[in-house]
Amino acid sequence: MKLQKKQIVSSNSIGKQLLDFLDDRTGYRGALHELLFERVPGGARWRYVWGSTLVFAFVVQVITGVVLWSSYSAGAQSAWESVHWIQHEMSGGWLVRGIHHVMAQAMVILLALHLMQIVIDGAYRAPREVNFWLGLVLMMLVLGMALTGYLLPWDQRGYWSTRVATNLAGLLPLIGPSVQQVVIGGSDYGHLTLTRFFALHAGILPGTLVAMLVLHLTLFRKHGLCAKQPIRKPDAMFWPDQVFCDAVACLGVLAVVLGVILLPALRAMLEGRPIDPGELGAELGAPADPSQPYAAARPEWYFLFLFQFLKVFEGWGASGEFLGAILIPGLTMGVMFLMPIIGRWNLGHRFNILFTSSLLIGIGLLTAMAYNEDYVALWTDSSSFSDVKDLLEKTGNDPKKIAEAFDSDVQKIAAFNKRSHRYESFLRSEAFLAAVAQASVDGDRAIELAGRPERIPPSGALDLIRQDPLTQGPRLFEQHCASCHSHVDPASAQAKTKMSKSSAANLYGFGSVAWMQGLLDPAAVDGPAYFGNTSHNNGDMVNFVKNDLADTSAWSSEDIRAVIVAMAAEANVYDTGIPESDISLIERGRALISDENRCGSCHDFGINEVNPNMAPDLIGWGSREWLIGIITNPAHEKFYGTQNDRMPSFGVTTDGAIPRLSLSQIELVVDWIRGQWYRSRSSNPSAHHASEK
Amino acid sequence: MRSTPDKATDFEKTSKPALGPEHRRSFVIKAIALACGAIATLSPFAAGVWTYLDPLRRQSKASTFIRVVSLGSIPDDGIPRLFPIVSDRLDAWTGFPSEPIGAVYLSREKGSPQVKALSAICPHAGCFVDISAPSDCFRCPCHNSSFTLSGAMIQPSPSPREMDALDCQIDESGQVLVKWENFYTGIATKVPRA
Ligand code: FES
Repeated sequence: MKLQKKQIVSSNSIGKQLLDFLDDRTGYRGALHELLFERVPGGARWRYVWGSTLVFAFVVQVITGVVLWSSYSAGAQSAWESVHWIQHEMSGGWLVRGIHHVMAQAMVILLALHLMQIVIDGAYRAPREVNFWLGLVLMMLVLGMALTGYLLPWDQRGYWSTRVATNLAGLLPLIGPSVQQVVIGGSDYGHLTLTRFFALHAGILPGTLVAMLVLHLTLFRKHGLCAKQPIRKPDAMFWPDQVFCDAVACLGVLAVVLGVILLPALRAMLEGRPIDPGELGAELGAPADPSQPYAAARPEWYFLFLFQFLKVFEGWGASGEFLGAILIPGLTMGVMFLMPIIGRWNLGHRFNILFTSSLLIGIGLLTAMAYNEDYVALWTDSSSFSDVKDLLEKTGNDPKKIAEAFDSDVQKIAAFNKRSHRYESFLRSEAFLAAVAQASVDGDRAIELAGRPERIPPSGALDLIRQDPLTQGPRLFEQHCASCHSHVDPASAQAKTKMSKSSAANLYGFGSVAWMQGLLDPAAVDGPAYFGNTSHNNGDMVNFVKNDLADTSAWSSEDIRAVIVAMAAEANVYDTGIPESDISLIERGRALISDENRCGSCHDFGINEVNPNMAPDLIGWGSREWLIGIITNPAHEKFYGTQNDRMPSFGVTTDGAIPRLSLSQIELVVDWIRGQWYRSRSSNPSAHHASEK
Repeated sequence: MRSTPDKATDFEKTSKPALGPEHRRSFVIKAIALACGAIATLSPFAAGVWTYLDPLRRQSKASTFIRVVSLGSIPDDGIPRLFPIVSDRLDAWTGFPSEPIGAVYLSREKGSPQVKALSAICPHAGCFVDISAPSDCFRCPCHNSSFTLSGAMIQPSPSPREMDALDCQIDESGQVLVKWENFYTGIATKVPRA
């Protein structure tokens, strides 16, 4: 017993000796004492916590930032790829990235609160002016880090909104274009934009911030806390009273941040959906593509007010731009820097409070306006504009004709113009929402492709997207095929209008049993989904289907079914739709197709050599090679030959010019039509349809 | 607020008299110290700034005419269509053989061999101008600038100028060539970027 006690005492005294030694050489006790035993006049208060929460938030950003840094690679072919790795592959990567992302936004809110508290308490007044200025510099540094951080994942969103931001920097008088060039590292966005933004984000800005923060805190300690007047309670010590408030507040901030990150997981859990942690935290869109428009480009929400502010100057031309992006924000900052001086007068202090609060309210309003403009279509009923839409279509938006429609009644015309304006914004919002939906489809697809077992090629994830039939097929189709062909699910609502506008077959589900069934259906073959709007609408094939096939003595329904199944087997598309039970019919179908008295009387099918220009060769019909062939040159004797209607030859030209589509583009369209694209095991088949809208 | 005496000032007060007699020497030493210190710290700083500003000294390649598409691919209905500009591209140390580097709207009037080319980059702040199907105009999704199909501003417009027309040629084999250029945004005149 005694011995034990002695041991404790001696180890205690060794510890004490060590600490004494340390204190002797460093004076840490005094320093610690000074740090903790600061007097808080009037006692600890919750309103003083904002500065501490900001320091806390910054420390969290440094910790998470350094971890992200260890896996991030700045470069046009590696930035998105490494962020994808962090977000979707590294264990806990989503959490660290999520905290970094959400805490950055929390910091902006905390900055606003801190600023408001300082202004209301008049804490900028002598002798604290310099510290107030340091605070404003710190605020700009934080905003600068937010701005530069947005680009680093190199996804479409960051890329396009940074373009806008840097273009605005170019408006600075005289130095603008040079500043822009230095910041983006040349005249175009690329590797150097990333390396420079990263150096700013993780080096120059935080380095300066730390230096300023040290000064800020030193001055804060030098002047002491600026107590809220009047002081009613006795003074307290920083430790533990204020530290208690601060610590609780920091924990609160962290809880909110984690809550924002984890809320979707909770929702998924309640709905019984599986949770993919890669979906939590910060979003990662499709990789940046300078050649692919991104209509949903918006800055982060805390810069949205600036973005919206630019719209205020509609019609002002270049001077509006300068006013909105440079002059007014610059003047506002200028007034804020002058606040300590303005605040010397009592009225000046009132002015400062009024100025800051109206600034924050104005920012709030602009932000709300921006959101409203973008999302208004969500809460408006499109049918309420049907009359406006009709009239606009009828008159072709010609003001004269509109006036006529209202018998030149000025009031009615004005009312109509107002509504047509509202309709215009509704359309814009609809387009924005569609762009957001498309962006999320593209983003998901990029992530799905990047998760293939083969991973990302050295040329980067953008290459994966550019070579993905599911992504590129619809775009190429829209550009080159959709002026004649439709591609719409016949069961869908818009099918009728879409197909009636097209002059050639609907290629949705081409090569499947269902598609073939329609072709051989006497009621459908001359409809808009097949030959209806082509020059073949009264041709041999249509007549054959309408007369011969309808004759049940010549063609039993079993025969027709066999032909359908055999054709679908030739095409062998992804979703071929041949039921297990019909596989036995394939051979019979093939025999019927090559029968010289049936299909084989016009169509070639390998063995019967009919006039090659009569009708398309059915060997391998609808297969990849067959489709590539027909798109390359439909007038080839294997296909429509001399009978070709208006279909252009996309892959060959007669005069040595470059063809309309390269082979790889044709392959992309073909693979898309045939449904041949990479699918991860968990991929949802509806993505295909989403991309169609 | 703090009443404790500042140690540094204390030290200066006590040691100042010792420097008195050698005032001139001390001035020289101070000057040399400052000069050495300044040269030592400023020269790496200057070297750093010099390198950091390298992008300013880099001339981008003169813009050239790039083959975009064959004339036949542009329907002569007056409606602009989007075509990618494909060209070799240098991004600092990486060279990309024929890549889409941008996009252009090409249109052709009925029966006309003339092609009109408009850059798809918004002259306001550089977003990608869209052409929306229902109405007959260009729309920028960012700040709602709209333009007629020939690229003229529709007032009120945040954009200070009309869409940027690009020079366009058609060669003997019927290929449309477009002079691909980037312009400064947000100003009333069309100034090509260096
Ligand atoms: S960038 Fe087009 S309207 Fe602003």
